[in-house]
Amino acid sequence: MIINQFLLLGAVLFSIGVYGVLARRNAVLVLLSVELMLAAVNINLVTFDRVIQDTLAGGQVFALFVIAVAAAEVGIGLAIVLLIYRNRRTANVDELDLMKL
Amino acid sequence: MSSFENGWALTLIVFLPLVGAAAVLAIPKAQEEAQKWTALLFAGGSFVLSVIVAFQFDYGAAHRIQFGPDSTLTWIGAINSNYSIGIDGISLPLLVLSTFMTVLAIIYSWDHWPEPHNPKIFSALILVLATGMNGTFVALDLILFFVFFEVVLLPMYFMIGIWGDRNKVIVPVLGLETEMRLYASIKFFLFTLFGSAFMLLGFLTLYFKSGLNTFDMQALAEGGHAEAALGSLAVWVFAALFLGFAVKVPMFPLHTWLPDAHTAAPTVGSVLLAAILLKLGTYAFIRIAIPILPEQAQNWAPVIAILAVVGIIYASLACLAQTDMKRLIAFSSVGHMGFVMLGIATLTDIGINAAIIGMVAHGVITGLLFFVAGSMSHRYHTREISRLGGNQKLMPIMGGILGFTAIASLGLPGLAGFWGEFLSLLAAFNPLHGLSTTLFRTLMVIGAVGTVLAAGYLLWMLQRVNFGEPSAEWEGHDLHDVDRYELAAWVPLVVATVAIGIFPRIIFGATNDAVHQLVAKVFGG
Amino acid sequence: MHTVDGGALARWAWLIPVVPMVAAFAIVLFGKRSPWKGWGMAWLSMAFVAVYGIALFIANLNEGIAYQGAVSIGDIGAAGSGPPFTLEWGWMVDGLSIMMYLVVGIVGFLVFTYAKGYMEGDIRYTWFFGSFALFGGGMLVLVSAPNLIQLIVGWELVGVASYLLIGHYWEEHENSSAAIKAFLVNKVADVGLFVGAIIIALSVGSFRFTDIMAVVSGGDLASPLAHYSFWAGVAIFIGAMGKSAQFPLHVWLPDAMAGPTPVSALMHAATMVTAGVYLLGRLFPFYNTPGFADDVRWIIIIIGTLTLFLTGLMALVADDIKKVLAYSTLSQLGYMVTAMGAGAYTAGLFHLFTHAFFKSLLFLGAGSMIHAVHSNNMSDMGGLRKYMPKTFWTFVIGSLALSAVVPFAGFWSKDEILAGIQHAGNNFTTAQGGAALANYVLVVSILGAFVTAFYMMRAVSLSFFGEYKGHGHPHESPNVMTYPLIALAFFSTVAGLINIPGITEWFTQTVEPRFFPAGDFHPTAINFGLAGIGTLAALAGIVIGYYLWYADKETQQERDRFRIPVLYPLLEHKYYIDDFYMGGIVRPIRGPVARAVDWFNGYVIDLVVNGAGYVATRVARLVYWFDQRGVDGAFNASAAAAGGSGGMLRLLQTGRIQQYVFLIVAGVVVLVAGFIVF
Repeated sequence: MIINQFLLLGAVLFSIGVYGVLARRNAVLVLLSVELMLAAVNINLVTFDRVIQDTLAGGQVFALFVIAVAAAEVGIGLAIVLLIYRNRRTANVDELDLMKL
Repeated sequence: MSSFENGWALTLIVFLPLVGAAAVLAIPKAQEEAQKWTALLFAGGSFVLSVIVAFQFDYGAAHRIQFGPDSTLTWIGAINSNYSIGIDGISLPLLVLSTFMTVLAIIYSWDHWPEPHNPKIFSALILVLATGMNGTFVALDLILFFVFFEVVLLPMYFMIGIWGDRNKVIVPVLGLETEMRLYASIKFFLFTLFGSAFMLLGFLTLYFKSGLNTFDMQALAEGGHAEAALGSLAVWVFAALFLGFAVKVPMFPLHTWLPDAHTAAPTVGSVLLAAILLKLGTYAFIRIAIPILPEQAQNWAPVIAILAVVGIIYASLACLAQTDMKRLIAFSSVGHMGFVMLGIATLTDIGINAAIIGMVAHGVITGLLFFVAGSMSHRYHTREISRLGGNQKLMPIMGGILGFTAIASLGLPGLAGFWGEFLSLLAAFNPLHGLSTTLFRTLMVIGAVGTVLAAGYLLWMLQRVNFGEPSAEWEGHDLHDVDRYELAAWVPLVVATVAIGIFPRIIFGATNDAVHQLVAKVFGG
Repeated sequence: MHTVDGGALARWAWLIPVVPMVAAFAIVLFGKRSPWKGWGMAWLSMAFVAVYGIALFIANLNEGIAYQGAVSIGDIGAAGSGPPFTLEWGWMVDGLSIMMYLVVGIVGFLVFTYAKGYMEGDIRYTWFFGSFALFGGGMLVLVSAPNLIQLIVGWELVGVASYLLIGHYWEEHENSSAAIKAFLVNKVADVGLFVGAIIIALSVGSFRFTDIMAVVSGGDLASPLAHYSFWAGVAIFIGAMGKSAQFPLHVWLPDAMAGPTPVSALMHAATMVTAGVYLLGRLFPFYNTPGFADDVRWIIIIIGTLTLFLTGLMALVADDIKKVLAYSTLSQLGYMVTAMGAGAYTAGLFHLFTHAFFKSLLFLGAGSMIHAVHSNNMSDMGGLRKYMPKTFWTFVIGSLALSAVVPFAGFWSKDEILAGIQHAGNNFTTAQGGAALANYVLVVSILGAFVTAFYMMRAVSLSFFGEYKGHGHPHESPNVMTYPLIALAFFSTVAGLINIPGITEWFTQTVEPRFFPAGDFHPTAINFGLAGIGTLAALAGIVIGYYLWYADKETQQERDRFRIPVLYPLLEHKYYIDDFYMGGIVRPIRGPVARAVDWFNGYVIDLVVNGAGYVATRVARLVYWFDQRGVDGAFNASAAAAGGSGGMLRLLQTGRIQQYVFLIVAGVVVLVAGFIVF
């Protein structure tokens, strides 16, 4: 089976996600981009799972894990962003540099 | 009482004061009575034990080491250093003297604490000092000896440094202005330590190069093998030991720490320094230097004798120039130790006997002199002889005791000091076979002239201090005469002076056999 | 020689020195509280000694006693492998010591009696008698000594007692200075005594006199003792010179007159100063046996002769009566020493014996006068004959005895000395001066007799005759003072009669050494020739003195008429010897020399010590600088480096998440690229 289009889809999605993480100013959008990256990873996982025809369906199980973790992570991330917004009246990541040395 | 003898008696004598010091330190600062009694208890215990030892001592076998442990008690196995202690006829009188003076020091101090008032720390220091002094006299292992020899330095350093004379002095040559106590304590400590460093070097060389790999004094002295094995190193070892001991004695020209230390020290410090600490050096010569390195001792004997006699004359002349009473007495100590060293340098049994009785006599007499001088300076708040006149009128008993002690110090026959001086001179007439009789006889005559100078400075001091009319500046001052604590401390010393003077067998009964054996064994009789 | 051991009397004779010593301690401790304030104990102890001495004397006359007892107080090994030296305290009971017990006891008893009156109201009454008893004890320790060490102990004890008593009125600086002078001059001489004793004891192997004399009488000229005997003899004589105030060590005695008069009477006339003569007597065989110290004798004679003449002259110009008597004592001591040197053992000791009586009498008489007139100077006296008859007559008797006028005591003893000197001339070898030396000494001695009578006549005239020149009304002294005077006058009269050569020879028999032969000379018949010349000289002195000082009353006022230009100042300044000693020896040592030594101590020896300290601190500072800049610098630099690099690296931590992510991604890309490439 030719998987190129799936991998290409995954790479494109991942790249867009990376661009989003690096370039977007709004924290929510950064989280969105992280989701996108995770989705790309999922596509990759499932694709390769189909290719090697794993009896344990490891790739698909892993994709499920990723979805669960992503959900949890987004939940917490959004909670943090909300709290930051309440505290600092901004969601602009450029302005959140308190951890600077 | 074999277990008593099995090293326990001496161990207790040495360490009881240390325990006492710890006990005193545990008592709260405010309870002074408790501190004093504790100190007296432990010092007294040590003294009583030493008297018991003196009574139990086998005088017929005075040359043998007695009261030592039955078996070898290893202390530092890696360097073959053992806890080997014991006394023989030579160290017994000195040990008793040491414990005796400690008790008297504490009795004297009962009401006479020097400023800044701190009976707790001060008496603890006296007790630590006592441990060091007692230990030095019983140690038969070089490392053990070294430890105790050094232990005495710290308490004395603190006693001088904290409780010493606070007058300002200008240090000669350096032109530095500082308090007398600070200069004197550091000078004393470093000077002595300087000598001791070399002494330790000597000990180590003995260990490594003698072929015996031991620090045991008796083993090293056995048969002269150690010295023979050292070969050409022997002279250096003796030089190193000489340096260490000579500073302590003190011998000219290594004596300059003594006047400063004695003058600056508080009364009890001066007393113990003069009475006991000076004896550590001379004792070490007899116990260590001569038995272990007899041939070197013979080579060095003329030098030692010359330095000793120079010390006698030099110190007596310096005494004549002193204006400070305690400094005068300090220099007189150098002179007296000169006689002791002369006796030792003759390397004969008369000479060494004379040296030991001279040591005991000096301890008792000069100890008493410093006691009196200290009490007087405490009352008059000065030590300047020119200001102290007519003391006999103001404080008759004090003046009487001062007079008695001064006369004892100049070696009046019938009192303890005579035996040391006269017998040293006697020994110098016939030194050990092989030593130059011309030299020693000349030194004998010069030493005898030294007794004239001693009489001179002591009587002049007595005249200026005791006699005449008191100066007007003391009018109205309440100068109370000797109080009961001073009397309690001094009367035993007076009695001892007279007793040893009339009945020198007290000392010779113990020392004669031991010294005879030493000289016979070491120099072949 | 037939001797006995003396029985219980000799065995208990150790009480003689001990009782006064115990009394001395008791007086010092309890005297103030006792009924007689200490005098009683002292007086009783002297009475005891006197009685015991008399008892021994009588026993000794019957049969010569030779006994010594001893208590050992220590042993010390001898050099080498010889027998150990035994140190012991002991007591000797033989003729010589018995004679001394007698003298010390009787004269001491009388002087103590006198002193009760004289010292009445004194500021330190009790302490005085304590020291006096100490002196008595010390002197008896000395004369009872069976060995050299005990002799030295007694010797020094009397020295200390002398110091305490001369300086009794120590409120005045000059009195305590006189005391120190006495002690120090004696101490200088004691160097000789110590050295001599050491040499003798080591050569013989024992300190005991009997052992020493055994070697001497053994006659072994190769013995160590014989080998060293010249130096030992000289050294011991130097010791004797100090105590017996021989020229030039005589300077302390005149100054010793600063002490109370009873002290002068007992110590500096009768007993302490005779200790040197006693020592020479005790060691007489040593000095008299050929091959041993007999070549020292000419030195002894010369010194003795110089002393007897030169000091007698000084008595001619003294105004203080005690000084006159002091010079007189010096002169008589010279006689005694000369006698000893000439080998006239008995004569020397006999003169010691008689001199003790008449000289103490003279001193006590002088004390009586001083007590009455409150001044020592004869220029404040005069005409006392009317006021103080007992003192006058006893003083005259004493003077006659001293001037050696027959039949008083001094005549007999001085005559024996002259005979002894003459005899010695026959025995001296030419190397030792021979007969010429003896003749010279004889002439000087006879001249000395003239001078003695001369100055005593002067003293008597100026004090007792003429008009009273002082203040107040002098009166006779109380009985407690005059009775001893009378008793001593009695002795001064009869004491000589116990040893008339050829007639009564009790004294000779008494002091004859029992333990060993002495070989001394004593005349067996009166030498009328010498006796005559001596008496003539004395009478000449009395007569001329009479004309100069008594008959010509004006002279008493204008004594200066006799100021012989060079001689008088020389005599008044005591030959400038004192000035030489003080200025040439004492002051330089006490001043510049002592200060130089002290300077040396502080600035030369301590230069090294303090200099070492200085160098050490400087080096320490240098090292510290190096430590701070160098070693520490390295550490600081590394710290700075760490900090610097840290500072640079921290620029990476911007706190901006996107940057971190960017770096992560970049890192991943690099890693992957690397993975692919390699």
